[in-house]
Parts: sequence; structure tokens; C-alpha cells
Amino acid sequence: MMATPILQISGLTMDFGGIRALNRLDLDVHAGEIVALIGPNGAGKTTFFNCLTGIYTPTAGEILLTPPGNSKSISLKGLKPNHVTEKGLARTFQNIRLFSQMTVLENVMIGQHCRTKAFILGAILRNAATRREERQIVEKSYAILDKVGLAHLANEFARNLPYGAQRRLEIARALATEPFLLLLDEPAAGMNPQETQELDRLIKEISTDGHSILLIEHDMKLVMSLSDRIFVMDYGKKIAQGKPAEIRSNPAVIKAYLGEDVDA
Amino acid sequence: MFYLNEIKRAFLTSLWFVFLTFPIVVIKVDPIERIVRWRWENSLYMAGGIFVVYLLVKFFIHRKSQAVEPEVDRDNEVKGSFIHRILANPKQRNVLIVVLLFAALAFPQFSSSYQTNVMSTALMYVVLGLGLNIVVGMAGLLDLGYVAFYAVGAYSYALLNHHFDLGFWAVLPIGGGLAALFGILLGFPVLRLRGDYLAIVTLGFGEIIRLILENWSEFSKGPSGISNIPRPGLFGIELSLKGEIIYLYYLMILFVIVTIFIVNRLQDSRLGRAWIALREDEIACQAMGIDKRKTKLVAFALGAFWAGIIGVVFAAKTTFINPASFTFLESAIILAIVVLGGMGSIVGVILGALILILLPEYLRALSEYRMLAFGAILVAMMVFRPQGLISNIRRTYHSDKKFHPPTQQ
Repeated sequence: MMATPILQISGLTMDFGGIRALNRLDLDVHAGEIVALIGPNGAGKTTFFNCLTGIYTPTAGEILLTPPGNSKSISLKGLKPNHVTEKGLARTFQNIRLFSQMTVLENVMIGQHCRTKAFILGAILRNAATRREERQIVEKSYAILDKVGLAHLANEFARNLPYGAQRRLEIARALATEPFLLLLDEPAAGMNPQETQELDRLIKEISTDGHSILLIEHDMKLVMSLSDRIFVMDYGKKIAQGKPAEIRSNPAVIKAYLGEDVDA
Repeated sequence: MFYLNEIKRAFLTSLWFVFLTFPIVVIKVDPIERIVRWRWENSLYMAGGIFVVYLLVKFFIHRKSQAVEPEVDRDNEVKGSFIHRILANPKQRNVLIVVLLFAALAFPQFSSSYQTNVMSTALMYVVLGLGLNIVVGMAGLLDLGYVAFYAVGAYSYALLNHHFDLGFWAVLPIGGGLAALFGILLGFPVLRLRGDYLAIVTLGFGEIIRLILENWSEFSKGPSGISNIPRPGLFGIELSLKGEIIYLYYLMILFVIVTIFIVNRLQDSRLGRAWIALREDEIACQAMGIDKRKTKLVAFALGAFWAGIIGVVFAAKTTFINPASFTFLESAIILAIVVLGGMGSIVGVILGALILILLPEYLRALSEYRMLAFGAILVAMMVFRPQGLISNIRRTYHSDKKFHPPTQQ
């Protein structure tokens, strides 16, 4: 008997006017897993992430989150993005969305926002509690940057980082929100093979630290190396799911990626 | 080759200007003598002037583009500017602050009442600029109706004093609070709006407040305004007119110091970071767990608060207010202070306010060309320093712990 999955999605549907971008999608992630979501361009993977993180409100379906060590499930459907993040789900973006005019460290410090409290009065009075909190934010952010290998660039502007480092900073920023489930939207997009290899190592490290990971990725080598399970989407529908070896030989997946076989 | 080409272009440009300005500078109709005077020599001056100005502008742009060449050094260059260097060094910074403070405190002793009065006005705009800087510079919400909150502050003092005989110091927090409340009222409907749309709605809001004040005569006495507003009290001591002006000046110095202190602390706080993140990318900001609604409303409320405070001071300073003091032009000037000074930079906004308010006063020597010169300086500023006088530098934080050395790339 397996424990309840930390993320259980059932019948998730998203309509944009007459277009059904997601069609009754079911998906689950268990604690400690790395799950990949793959599919051709336009299959609805990013829409799926947007529904999950509250940027879109899904038309139908249910998203249930069960924090590890907790028997109660929370529905994420209709929650605002910031509340989803507070519940312990953090994401990165396919097109990098860093705060480019802020320093690398400040980007990570923003991630700590929902775990800290100081407000107007705290900011003006700068009392002991606020100073302690600021100190903690800085130390923690440095520790996270150290983990992704960016601590030496902490006070650079985010916009001045090389591409691969910006991708890693996005992961660091998401980690700073203290999630138990990390959603990575094409973390390896545009990376060179060496950067991808480093990313592979980083994701495994994050996973061993106790974060579950759900990632969208096109780099099949990375997906096959990382994932415990893979879900495949096409035209908003799930067409396959299983272990990497099963997916590799699944005819429906091959058809979706390579097109219809021409019958002789 | 570059020079020949440019000279050719300069020549063509000056010809074009001669053509454009021909009706104004050359033809002069003399209605008394009933003749037309052709002042051909003027077109020559025009051609020569434009020719020189064109080449000068080209030369500066050329030199600038060459100076920028090493891309990486650009940020360092900005960081290394004179004022930033002083600000980065705590010792030099403290010396500068003490010198400025003494200069500010001694100012009324060495200058006329007129000068002191002008300086008080400039200081009021420093506070207004710093307030708007929270909304526009930090949170990135383009607010074209800022003057509405200024009006709310001014009218709350005028009306509360008129009806309930409340004094300056009693109304000061009420005026600020009311303005903050109006800030939240404006904030609610515009939470979803950004950029141009937000600008239009705030512009409309500013006009609504002004039109209400102008037309609801039973409430605000309409365009004739409210007069006989008492000046700020000093423990009930009667002051001469000169004394009042100097007192108000010192009051403004105090307000400016308090504002700088608070705004500076806000900027370096969790809240300030959230504002800047909101300016940078709203969606990423929300995905990182920042409550967009709360953060925006707080920015509007805090920005409006300073406008309300200064509104009360304004009413007390002029002892008379009417809706004509709160037109869109005021909003535009305050916005210009923020943009010209450097968005998000406190020192920049202070400098911007002093320049924008004092310049027209001291340009009075140029009599009727004063506003023309003012406009020209503004245009030149935006061409040569679009990021504002002093760009903002982000605070850096350091950790005591040791970190892994960077991996070899």
C-alpha cells in the first residue's frame, strides 16, 4: 500500500474560449519522486503548470496537495499564485523571469518573502526581531546560492549572469520559498551539454535533499537520466505514463513525437 | 568620411529648419505702415545656429557611444560616479551629510525671506517626490494623479480647521491618514492594471478629485477656495511674518529628514524588495509568494500618505487654497522630479526636486525665456541621462560564512 501522493490531479481541464488546452488530465507525484512531463510543443505542458500554480484557474478538475507528514489534503484549485507558493509548491519559468534589476542575492531573498513577516512598522523601526529576520534571510539565501554554485556572484545584477547561471538562479529562487514540491519548466532549455550535465547533478542533489520534483523538459537524455516516472502529453491529453524504459518503447509516444507512420 | 557626411547632414538640417521657421522669423507684418518686412538676415542666423547645434549634438553622441564601448564596464562606470563613490564610503558620506545639514540650517540666516520661502517650497517637493518615488520608482506603478492626494491633505486641513477649529499639528496625521485611505480607494480598482492603463485611470482619478472640489461648492466652497487658514503653531508663540517663514523652513527640513529616514528604511526592507520585484515582473513576483494586492495597496497608501502630509503643510504655508493649485501640471512636475532624479534613487529624487523647483526661480533673470530654458534643460537631461541624474544602486549584503569556491568553467 503506497502512501497518499503529495500531488494528486484528477480530470484537470482548461478551456480557452473554444480551445481545450487541457483535457481531463490525471497525474500524481509521490514524496521524493522526480516526475517528468513531456510532450511535443503546444501539448499544453506549460498551461498545466500555470493551472497548477494558480496563474490560470482550471475550468474543471481537482488539484489536491498533501504535504508530507500530513494526512490532510488541500485543494489548490482557484487559489492565487502566492497562496499556492505558501502551501509549498514553487516553480521556475520556461522563459526566464528573474528580477533583472535586483542582485542575485536579492532575487533569492524575494523567495523568502512568504516565509517571513516584517511589515511597514518593522521596516521603519528596524527592531531586534526585524534585524534578526533580515539576517536569517541573508544567511539562508547565501546557503541556497552556495548550493547552486552562485554564492560568489551574490552581489551581481541578475541580468549580468550568463544564461546557464540565470537558469540555476531561477531554481535557487524557487527553493528559497521552501517548497516540498518543485516545478521546473524546461530548466535545460538553451543550455549547452556541459551546463545540462551540471543541471542534472543539481536536480539530483535537490531531490536527495528531500524535495519532490515535477519537471517539463525536452532534453530526452536529461529526462531519462533523472525521472522516476514520466507522463506524456499531446494535444492536452495524457497519452502515456510509466517508467523511462516503458516510455521509450511506447508506440503512442513515438507517434506523437515523430508523426504518423506512413503505411506501405 | 564621418565628418563629411555629418556636415552634409547638418547643412540639410539647417536648411530644413530655415524653411520651417521662415514664416515666424523672416516675415514680419507691420500693421501700422501696412507693409511686410522681410528679415532675411534672421534666416541666416537660424541656419548658422542649427548647423552648429546639430554638429555639437552629433559630436557628443558620437563621443558617448565610443565611451560606452566596453559593455561590462558600463555598470561599473555608473557605480563609480562621483556621488556614488561618496555614498559608498560611510566616512565621506557622514561628512557630506553633516556639511549639508549645517548648510541647510544656516541657510535662512544668510538669505532673504523670499529665498527661504522658495527653499521651503523646494523642500516640500522633495517630500512629494520621495512619496511618489515609492509608487512610481519602487513599485513601478505609473501614477499620474498623485496631486489628488496632495489636495486631500490640503483640503482636510482647510475644512477641519474651518468647521472644527482643529490646529495644524492635530490635522497633520489626519490629513496623511485620509490621503492614505484615498490611496487605498484608488488602489482597489486599479489592482489589475499596469503601465499605460494604470496611468490613464490615475490621471482620471486626479481630475475627479479636482472637479469635485471645484463643483461641490457646499463642501469645498468651489473655485473661490478657502482662505484664512492658520499657519503652523509653535506652542502658541506669536511669530512675525519673517519668523513664520523661517519656522516653516525648519519644519520642512525636519519633514525631509524624517521622510528620508523612513523611505530609506522601507527601501531596504522586505517590503521594499517586494515592491521592486513587483516592478520587475508581476507574475514571477506572485509565483514567489508575494501578495500582489497587499503589496500594491501598501505602496499606494504610503505614497499617498506623504502627499497628504505635504498637502496640510501647503495649506498652512499659503493660508489659502483653491482647486487651481491641484491641476494635472502639479502631478506632472512631481513625476518629472522622480524621473529626472532617477527612479528609485532617494538622492536622485532630492536633487531632482531641488533642480526642478529652484531652476525656474533662478532662471527669472532670463525673464520671458525662462520656461523655454527650463524645457530645453529637461530635454537635454533626458537625451544625455535617460536613467536620471543619479541611478539607484542596489544594496549589497554579505555573509560571514565561507562558501565553496566557484566551480571551474
